[in-house]
Amino acid sequence: MPIIRVQEADFDTGRELEALTRGRTDVGALASFVGLVRDANDGRAVGGMTLEHYPGMTEAALNDICAQALARWDILEALVIHRVGRLAPGDRIVLVGVTSAHRGEAFQACEFIMDYLKTRAPFWKKETTPAGERWVEARETDDMAANRWKG
Amino acid sequence: MVTLLYFASLRERLGCSREEVALPAGAPTVSVLLDELRNRDARWSEAFAPGQRWRVAVNQQMADLATPVKAGDEIAFFPPVTGG
Repeated sequence: MPIIRVQEADFDTGRELEALTRGRTDVGALASFVGLVRDANDGRAVGGMTLEHYPGMTEAALNDICAQALARWDILEALVIHRVGRLAPGDRIVLVGVTSAHRGEAFQACEFIMDYLKTRAPFWKKETTPAGERWVEARETDDMAANRWKG
Repeated sequence: MVTLLYFASLRERLGCSREEVALPAGAPTVSVLLDELRNRDARWSEAFAPGQRWRVAVNQQMADLATPVKAGDEIAFFPPVTGG
């Protein structure tokens, strides 16, 4: 069963990853990804952002993405923590953690989960820039990254 | 009745986050519902004009124009997602 959390509060990366392996001796690999708020995007300084989401569907979509990863790769556990609300440059946005017996499966599943999250989970970013607020536009490169897992 | 939800830039553009509307007659789909919304006024027709990028979910599952809608459904419209 994947572990999914959508929250305003920050998370402790070390503690969350530690919890994935605590008490078990079958884990040979733990791959993780942390996404952070950058201080610039599309040529403008970014002073912060607000993350909006679709409560209910967000959790369902993340669960579905992790379930696909669990079905496709020989992995033991998948974790996604995604923050919402007001965030500042340098803040953590998202944590993905995947455990498996061997590293290859964990690396691939972790990247798959992030690529699918970027294109399928209902989150939207609104950035604060010197010219005012603006909604972040979806990137074609994110669609391409997700499409390479098909077939 | 069905519940319509709007998120992010689409919510701001339409000035609406949630509303209840009557289910269109016949065998309605997302496409039929959308035609009714477009007929409201310029704000709605422009937000959903060809070339505008948006997505739709029915009962919290990604859907498309051909997806059927029935009484009690929750139908959400939103821009392409930008999380992560």
